[in-house]
Amino acid sequence: MNRRDFLAASIAAVFVPGAAFAQGATYRRLLVLVELKGGNDGLNTVVPYADDAYYRLRPRIGIRRDDVLQLDERTGLHPSLKALMPLWQARELAIVQGVGYPTPNLSHFRSIEIWDTASRSDQYLQEGWLARAFAGNPVPAQFAAGGVVVGGADMGPLAGSGTRAIALTQPEVFLRQARLAKPVGKGRNSALEHILKVEAGIVEAASRLDTGVQFRTEFPRGQFGNAVRVAAQLASNPSGIAAIRISLGGFDTHQNQPGIHQRLLGELAEGLAALKAALVETGRWDTTLVMTYAEFGRRPQENASNGTDHGTASAHFVAGGRVKGGLYGEPPRLADLDGGNLRHAVDFRSLYATALERWWNVSSLGVLSGRFPPFDLVRS
Amino acid sequence: MRYSAMVKALLAVLAAAAFGTAAAQGMGPEDARHLLNRTGFDAQLRDIDAFAKLSRRDAVERLLSGVQTEAHTPAPAWAKEWTDPRRVRRMGEEERRAFVRVQIEHALELKGWWVTEMLTTSSPLTERMTLFWHNHFTSSLQKVRSPPLILRQNQLLRRHALGNFGELLHAVAKDPAMIVYLDSATNRRGQPNENFARELMELFTLGEGKYGEKDIKEAARAFTGWSIELESGDYLFRPRLHDESTKVVLGKLVGGGAEVMDVLLAHPATAQFVATKLWREFVSPQPQPEELKRISDQWRNSGYDNRVALRALLLTPAFWAPENRAALIKSPAELVIGTLRQFHVGTGDPLPFVLLLRYLGQDLLSPPNVKGWPGGEAWINSSTLLMRKQFVERLMRVDETRMFVQQSAMREKIDRLKPGARRLFQAMAELQFSGRDWLAPYEGREKMIPLVVLAAAPAGEPSGSGIDFVRALVADPVYQLK
Repeated sequence: MNRRDFLAASIAAVFVPGAAFAQGATYRRLLVLVELKGGNDGLNTVVPYADDAYYRLRPRIGIRRDDVLQLDERTGLHPSLKALMPLWQARELAIVQGVGYPTPNLSHFRSIEIWDTASRSDQYLQEGWLARAFAGNPVPAQFAAGGVVVGGADMGPLAGSGTRAIALTQPEVFLRQARLAKPVGKGRNSALEHILKVEAGIVEAASRLDTGVQFRTEFPRGQFGNAVRVAAQLASNPSGIAAIRISLGGFDTHQNQPGIHQRLLGELAEGLAALKAALVETGRWDTTLVMTYAEFGRRPQENASNGTDHGTASAHFVAGGRVKGGLYGEPPRLADLDGGNLRHAVDFRSLYATALERWWNVSSLGVLSGRFPPFDLVRS
Repeated sequence: MRYSAMVKALLAVLAAAAFGTAAAQGMGPEDARHLLNRTGFDAQLRDIDAFAKLSRRDAVERLLSGVQTEAHTPAPAWAKEWTDPRRVRRMGEEERRAFVRVQIEHALELKGWWVTEMLTTSSPLTERMTLFWHNHFTSSLQKVRSPPLILRQNQLLRRHALGNFGELLHAVAKDPAMIVYLDSATNRRGQPNENFARELMELFTLGEGKYGEKDIKEAARAFTGWSIELESGDYLFRPRLHDESTKVVLGKLVGGGAEVMDVLLAHPATAQFVATKLWREFVSPQPQPEELKRISDQWRNSGYDNRVALRALLLTPAFWAPENRAALIKSPAELVIGTLRQFHVGTGDPLPFVLLLRYLGQDLLSPPNVKGWPGGEAWINSSTLLMRKQFVERLMRVDETRMFVQQSAMREKIDRLKPGARRLFQAMAELQFSGRDWLAPYEGREKMIPLVVLAAAPAGEPSGSGIDFVRALVADPVYQLK
């Protein structure tokens, strides 16, 4: 590169968003998003067991010091997460604490919309953050789809017209239903164009998807275990998918939290462990990044019904064969609450920036309309 | 030369007369279908025949004169029940859980009540407008948590559906469900809650960018004390919580909330903002600026008579323009209710349709947030599109489904289901559709079938005969359009 080229490149890198990512997106690397619907209680998931304030706030539902799976001298996991310990020990599990956003909204619907669209608290965006990313940096045409939502129809981060995204529960059923899609004729107006585009997306995905491999891995029973199996099947598809969203519901634990939460975290951990095993089987684990998210965490102070009410910041997991395991973010500051809720230490959009920039080599500036520093948690 | 010129002139006059007569005779079936479908859910052959004979203007008048102010479906038995929230707070755990269970049942029943009304109303336009206001003055069961209050709001929206926007706005601000939904009850002197004031300007009247943060703060103070009476659930003004000091909104000195709303109604942006939404609902995705301005000025000058706005929108040339036919995407309610009505599907329990609407993204009485459903292209993604197609496809084959459900092995399985799932299966088994009966009036008029079923020529080339042809039509992408 001569001096002039170098200058031009530097100027472009400074002034043109995305210019530094000119090498192109690496969508062969898969992102698996795991939504913990209802708002997972971060404090009982990643437990600050050395903090007396924690036990003062949660005399009844707090996880006892003797029961936690210790990660270091003050942080431990809920005992139901023991299936995640092999990942932690292999340094393939990153735990990010204090994830939230400014002026938090405590409504399920509004807050998950903020997370799905990566908007500010006072901003209403129409398109999901992944849909925006794929619109700006398209996934290769030969991919089966930009993203697949497994279970449920709400497209979440994949909502929007900028990408080919499909929703399915069982590939078998989707392939059967897909016969109803007929992208016939030409678009005469934008409404018909949109419908034909969605029909074409279905047909295209159906033509490239199959019912997948038979795994030796045993998947947990139940909806989440099934979603994990489908995700692993989709990941093994040779034509490519950039992102998969699966979800586990029931985290809105206003009452009798201990039993419910124990079951849910067990399902989560066993599901993720099975996902790793299946992806190792198909050689996909090193090219997969798994990331959890939820609309909010829960109130530090337990309520009168042995549960917790809607809160703000929470802890999230990032796992994968290329993840630099360890603790990230900040431990909860229980002595410095804001109206009874945790202050966030990490903006959730920094997690998204990590996926976009460090995983896919896509600039996050335009997608997130601002600079959110990514975490250095991906091994090259 | 002279002679042939005279003949030409004469022919032209004759042609004009003939054309004029034709116009006086009526707008024809295609226009009739367009008007009925755009302002309702379906377009029945007999209505198309009747409207085809009217001029566009007369047809619009007939629609407007048929509008109703009350639902004819009897309200649920608990409609007037109100539970004092203080009583709920005192309940023990068991009692509270039972109470919540009943509220959830009532919420489903309420949604079913509205579905039934939409399915059976003789004025679909009334329900379309009620839906429109529901998506404008949103409130959600998810937050309000009181089916009786949400029912009252729904009745209010219907009462004013084609009444007067100004009166509706004033009534909505005092509507108990709205007071709960936008936290008006916590808006007090010295500790204002700006939620209602903000949405009032941003979503209900002016639209974003037509006011400042200061206006919101001042307006919020004007609405302090607007509350509900806990004993009855009725609106109550609490003078002791009201901020008496002076406020300035959009440069005008105001005292209370009513004056704020009058200031907002007097602002031209309000009529334009709401008329834009009406245009997108009924005319086309992209309003024409001059025509829209003319219509919104007319509306405001009429003192916000909603019929003036609707009449103008339905008679604007853009409404009838060929390029705007089949240019809007049917909402889930339009698709589901429209299909059931269009094909005379016999229904019993409305539960399956309540759930279907939720899966298709339009959970009635529970819009996703205060902005309502974004609508348009956002209704359609791979999952909702396949669900829509599967719904119409299955509906055309309900006889097969019923036989399937009636098989004894299947019956046993259904009997073992949980009550909710069993109810759903039974409701599905109650559906009745007869292709032969539906086709009967079209005998000798087969060319009317595609005109009735689709808003424009099909995108594909549907083929087949009899009911197979109808199945091919509803599977065409154009069936998703209105």
